[in-house]
Amino acid sequence: MTGITDKSPKTSSKTSLSASLRRAFHRLRSFFRKDPLDHELNDEMASHIELAMEEYMRKGMPEEEARRQAMVRFGGVQQAREQHRETRGLPWIDVLGQDLRFTFRTLARDRSLTIIAILILGLGIGANVTVFSVVDTILLRPLPFRDPQQLVWITGNKGVGGLSGMTYSVDAYEDYRAQNRSLQDVTAYFPFYGQGDYKLTGYGEPQPVNGVMVAGNFFELLGIQPKLGRSFVQDELIKGGRPAVLLSEPFWKRQFNGDPKIVGQTINLNKTPTIVAGVIPATFDFGSVFAPGTRMDIFVPAVMDDMREWGNVFSLIGRMKPGVSVGQVQAEADMLIPQFYARKTHPEYGKGYTGTVWGLKEYVSGKLHRSLVVLWSAVGLIMLIVCVNLSNLLLARSAARSKEFAMRSVLGARRSRLVRQLLTESLVLAAGGAVLGLGIAYAVVTWLAHQGSIALPLLSSIRVDGSALAWTLGIAVVAAVLFGLAPGLKMSSGDLQESLKDSGMGASSGRKHDRMRSILVVSEVALACILMVGAGLLLRSFLHVLDIDLGFRPSRAASMQVTYDDGNKDENRGPILENMLDHVKAIPGIEAAGITDMLPLDRNRSWNLFRKGRDPNQKPDTGTYVQVVTPGYIGALGMRLIKGRDFTWDDSTHAEHAVIINESLARREWPGQDPVGRLAVANGEDSRVIGVVADVKETGLEIDPGAEMYVPVTQNGPVGAELVVRTSLPPEALAASVMKVLKQMNPGQPATEFRSIQQLVDHSVSPRKFFVLLVSTFAGLGLLLASLGIYGVISYSVARQTQEIGIRMALGASRTRVQAAVIGKTLRLALIGIVLGGAASFVMARGIASLLYGTEPADPLTFVGMVVLLGIVAMFAGYLPARRASRIDPMIALRTN
Amino acid sequence: MGDSKLDLLQGTLDLMVLQTLAAMGSLHGYGIARRIEQISGDELLLNQGTIYASLVRLQQRGWIDAAWGTSENNRKAKFYSITEAGRKQLAQDAAYWERLAGVMGRVLAMQNEGGGR
Repeated sequence: MTGITDKSPKTSSKTSLSASLRRAFHRLRSFFRKDPLDHELNDEMASHIELAMEEYMRKGMPEEEARRQAMVRFGGVQQAREQHRETRGLPWIDVLGQDLRFTFRTLARDRSLTIIAILILGLGIGANVTVFSVVDTILLRPLPFRDPQQLVWITGNKGVGGLSGMTYSVDAYEDYRAQNRSLQDVTAYFPFYGQGDYKLTGYGEPQPVNGVMVAGNFFELLGIQPKLGRSFVQDELIKGGRPAVLLSEPFWKRQFNGDPKIVGQTINLNKTPTIVAGVIPATFDFGSVFAPGTRMDIFVPAVMDDMREWGNVFSLIGRMKPGVSVGQVQAEADMLIPQFYARKTHPEYGKGYTGTVWGLKEYVSGKLHRSLVVLWSAVGLIMLIVCVNLSNLLLARSAARSKEFAMRSVLGARRSRLVRQLLTESLVLAAGGAVLGLGIAYAVVTWLAHQGSIALPLLSSIRVDGSALAWTLGIAVVAAVLFGLAPGLKMSSGDLQESLKDSGMGASSGRKHDRMRSILVVSEVALACILMVGAGLLLRSFLHVLDIDLGFRPSRAASMQVTYDDGNKDENRGPILENMLDHVKAIPGIEAAGITDMLPLDRNRSWNLFRKGRDPNQKPDTGTYVQVVTPGYIGALGMRLIKGRDFTWDDSTHAEHAVIINESLARREWPGQDPVGRLAVANGEDSRVIGVVADVKETGLEIDPGAEMYVPVTQNGPVGAELVVRTSLPPEALAASVMKVLKQMNPGQPATEFRSIQQLVDHSVSPRKFFVLLVSTFAGLGLLLASLGIYGVISYSVARQTQEIGIRMALGASRTRVQAAVIGKTLRLALIGIVLGGAASFVMARGIASLLYGTEPADPLTFVGMVVLLGIVAMFAGYLPARRASRIDPMIALRTN
Repeated sequence: MGDSKLDLLQGTLDLMVLQTLAAMGSLHGYGIARRIEQISGDELLLNQGTIYASLVRLQQRGWIDAAWGTSENNRKAKFYSITEAGRKQLAQDAAYWERLAGVMGRVLAMQNEGGGR
């Protein structure tokens, strides 16, 4: 019947669209004009009743009877009003409003549950949004350049020799730039800069400034417009040309108070009057992309003709032509770069040297991909645990509310309405959690963005943005459905009559709830187990990394940038530096002092060294890390001299060239022999090996040290200088007196602080530390939530069984047995969770194997530790309810019903 | 169904309202309800209040117009009248109903013949 009548208001399809649009518009308008419309309807109904009354009264009915009759014929004012509203407005919003009002009343009644639920959700959502922001910034969001997907990074592919093995000479750069056809252009920067390489004078004390040399087309290729002024012009890029500099926005603000008039003016940089060409906007943070955890103040034009003889100096970045793939660029580089070296006078030096082409984004953050995925999975697990916990909480409450729902259902509420009510409640909770979580995430993310010491690319630009908001919203809704649906369906399903009869204790629906809650707890324990094994493995790896033999002792060692003026004469340098170091060593508390040009884990560069008489072609030279040092440096850094001697000031310009090598290099060139006293060719010079030192971790803690050599500053060209001191007092305490001595020796010494050598080590391990810290936090959170879950379930089931336990005790069960039974149940649940979680952890551990260091995926200590820890926590979580159960007074328990 | 009054089929009220307005011109809610009751010979179970939901529905579809006016005995009342679109719709719906009634009649007649054996 209805099928036919439904069709009766037939409308031609042409008009139906506009008609339904018009209706929608009417409804929407009506929704917002609710009050005037209600008013109008009331008027209309009043006049209706009056008209009817008049008719009846005309027929001779008394007024009262006429009113009654009119009302009867009208058939329910309230009903008509409802119908009217439902037709004209947006009824679901009205219903939603009712649901919301009801929800707020309910939540306010169960205040403690509401607060706990929002706290738990807030932590879970906060953790998720934080990690999403990190992942989004580092992995997902494009680099802050124009068409960043076109940018490629071209590195030498030796994979050894540190930066020198990844960079190209000026000639190679120019050749590649001219020859290639797949790139729009290639640009370069000089990655061998050091902290405070530049010195700004004329603004009070001399200021150390961090600067990097970049090719003239650097900013243009990346698509960065100066915020003020201009980029470099031709005059500034040629040998002997006009010195110029671009300032970074933060430096411009810090040093020049953001004064726009500084552009075009001349400042004194390294004693050279230099014109300020412009300001680079803060959106381009050189350090965060190319050298995480460092700060870049100024950009200096790279003058090719000055650098031509410096060897490998340039990191290369290219911009692909539209439609070209990284693979095509790679194929072309494989051809062009060997061709270039083949044309050189010494083709043997470039043997096997080619290029590896990466998408820039992949190069910058590709290594972090796996770690971030692990991190993301970890917060995902946390969110699952949060949902399980919430389900548990709501289920506990649903048991208490089942009668209310049964009553509503008997009174005619449809099942969908009941489920919707419960979903509304969980959505409101989720919204509360989302607000709290966003607050937490915002705080953590802001804090992270200012952690310059964490060497993660792009971290400084991390923020909670639109996509993070969308993510939050998504998580909150999905979570609400996850934790709201189970109790909702459960509660609204069948057994409603049963619920009405249920006395609340030991009845069948109660048992069903118990089983559901037990399943939830088991899954919670299993999830926590996976998290803890993962965190345990990463933590163990981290401890292994910290345990690595660095080859030097970072504690009580510190460094400071020094300047000296040797008038560019090699023979002056020895006496000046000897005098300086003698004064520094005379300071009480300084045990040793020396100077190097590059600190390990900070910067590196490689030259080459081979045994005198060996054909360099025989074995491809893999490059040798080199430090140019003074006598005393080896002791000051705490390196171990294994054979031979340290340099002395007698190793001067007049003496035979001396070199100290490390064990790896000794093994490579003189296997099974004592290299001390032998002749080597180091950087093209015949040099006598005078000593062997233990290997030093030059580029990273987890990277095997390669060949290393040390040459005296007295026999090599002028280089930048880091003073390294070993102290008996805390280094900070000595900074002022060392600075005073340096100032006396050289008034142009910029005022820098000591950098502790430990900071270099910390910086190097900071990405791993960052991940371990986050994953451990999540694991801790997971454990806490799981124990809350266990506690909740056990104490709830004890409460439900009060009567039963009372009877058992009345029949003679001892307190100990009651306790044992409750703890036994707890452990049984925990054990199932541990077994399931342990098995899953086994799989998970294989997945993260590549992130582990010195730790097997099946590390027994981690697995056993996890079992013990979870067991103990479960015991504790079960103990309190167990104690409560054992204190049940049988008489009171029997009477409580 | 015996003596009991006829239940209103879903959707039929709108059609009755349209026809009433088409036949009578402008009417207020009470007038429409009364007219339908009279025509039905008081066979129809009509809660007069339900007429207002129908009136809103028809207004939203643009088939009737409404304006406040004064009733025959000087009361303020809202008067409804059918629009051009409403007339078209009425023609369509009426045709549909007649066809449907014809089909129903034939089908029911067939059942009566079969059942008479």
